[in-house]
Amino acid sequence: MSKRKRRLFAGPYMVWIIGFTVLPILMILYYAFTNADGSFTLSYLAGIGDPVHLKALLLSLRLAVECTVICLILSYPLAMILHGLNIKKQSFVVFIFVLPMWMNFMLRILAWQMLLANNGIINHLLNLLGLHSVRILNTPTAVVFGMVYDFLPFMILPIYNSMIRIRKDVIEAAKDLGANDRIVFFKIIVPMTMSGVISGITMVFVPALTSFVVSDLLGGGKVLLIGNVIEQSFMQGSEWNLGSGLSIVLMIFVIASMAFMNSHSKETEGTAVW
Amino acid sequence: MVKKSLSKIYMVLIFLFLYLPIAVLIVLSFNNSISRVHWGGFTLDWYRELFQSETIMSAFYTTLSITLISALVSTIIGTMAAIGISAMRKKGKAIMLGATNIPLLNADIVTGISLMLLFVRFTNLGMSTVLLAHITFNIPYVILNVMPKLNGLPQHTYEAALDLGATPAYAFYKIVWPDILPGVFSGFLMAMTMSLDDFSITYFTKGAGINTLSTMIYTQLRKGILPEMYALSTILFLIALLLLLLINYRSLEHPARHRKERK
Repeated sequence: MSKRKRRLFAGPYMVWIIGFTVLPILMILYYAFTNADGSFTLSYLAGIGDPVHLKALLLSLRLAVECTVICLILSYPLAMILHGLNIKKQSFVVFIFVLPMWMNFMLRILAWQMLLANNGIINHLLNLLGLHSVRILNTPTAVVFGMVYDFLPFMILPIYNSMIRIRKDVIEAAKDLGANDRIVFFKIIVPMTMSGVISGITMVFVPALTSFVVSDLLGGGKVLLIGNVIEQSFMQGSEWNLGSGLSIVLMIFVIASMAFMNSHSKETEGTAVW
Repeated sequence: MVKKSLSKIYMVLIFLFLYLPIAVLIVLSFNNSISRVHWGGFTLDWYRELFQSETIMSAFYTTLSITLISALVSTIIGTMAAIGISAMRKKGKAIMLGATNIPLLNADIVTGISLMLLFVRFTNLGMSTVLLAHITFNIPYVILNVMPKLNGLPQHTYEAALDLGATPAYAFYKIVWPDILPGVFSGFLMAMTMSLDDFSITYFTKGAGINTLSTMIYTQLRKGILPEMYALSTILFLIALLLLLLINYRSLEHPARHRKERK
């Protein structure tokens, strides 16, 4: 079969992309830029300027940054430890981090709600140890906690994947040439895992910025993120145009953060999580 | 060594963090009390009642069919797409892979809303719209899993087979297929996992009449979760654990045998 004929196999997918990726985006653009009569307007896009919406967006950005930084700080040492274990079957490592996803994520977050509750298990344990109880439920801290829990695998796996690609002899060569552990870490390991770090950041930051369920469950309705505003404008009120306008603003932030990441990674190929 | 035990403790803490809520849910599924904070003794009642609850079972069947059908369809379309894309020139490849990244990287909430806006224009929301949405976000995972296998294929073996008189289909089946099969399989698994775990996109594209497990839990949040849900999730989790262990064990123990079987 010639290459030309083989290309035809992508045909159904092309149709699918046009129908279910491109068209929906055009629809959301249409709703965002027109009012009820169908005439052009920018007022829905400007809806982000409303103090409530702006506050939600800024809070989302803050929490997403916090979540991403914490995930990175937790994941990097873990990836190094896992790498040091020399597990032959790397798919086993992936397996450990993917397995929790088979328990419904909302139930898992709900379990955290029980664990973190003021009279929950964690506070009981803290009291037993003679420590003060923590009151974090229904605060932004709890939301960050839940997001870190939910998105941590998406940071660990790309970093781990990029780390196992570093060949041992490169590190040995550096050591032979007199580099100490610190230099090996900063001059070899960090630069060579940068692509993994960057794809990890993207995989965590975007979902954290746009999530609305975690804030619903752990924020107790007191933490309003931009995702919650958009969800409510579609599901509670029926302000579809406003919701679309805010979605476009959100998309601009998503695209901007991805462009930022892309400009900082030399090669994007092969940095997929799995 | 201090460093070694420190790293062990660190690893244990992270795994505890990941698996603690799961342990809580499993314990709750055996709790003979409707309360979430009190232990009322061990019981299997929730497991018994689970199979009698029509709402839960129907949500379970909906979830199962959406997961399986969407994973299957997206595996077929995605594998074909990967084969097609790998034969493309540089520019076409870049465009297609770029388009593949859109549902993968876009916010779930935006993907869900944009699909909903499209669907309500042409049809009523229901099971079929959820299916279409799931296939849409699953295909990229399949492509991501199959593409690397296709790229790693030896360039000329396939053409050699054709020169030696094999039909394209036969050459594909004998030469390309065995090498990409692990990718196709992991793509299928990935698609199933994503589909099973999805809430946001289902939430926006489902009609009023149907519920998956995720959306049902969401509506129960305010009234209180039925303990049967913990039982069902425990069963699902254990099945997944067993299946994945089995797959891992097989490929751990017999990598050599697998190679031989293919010949």
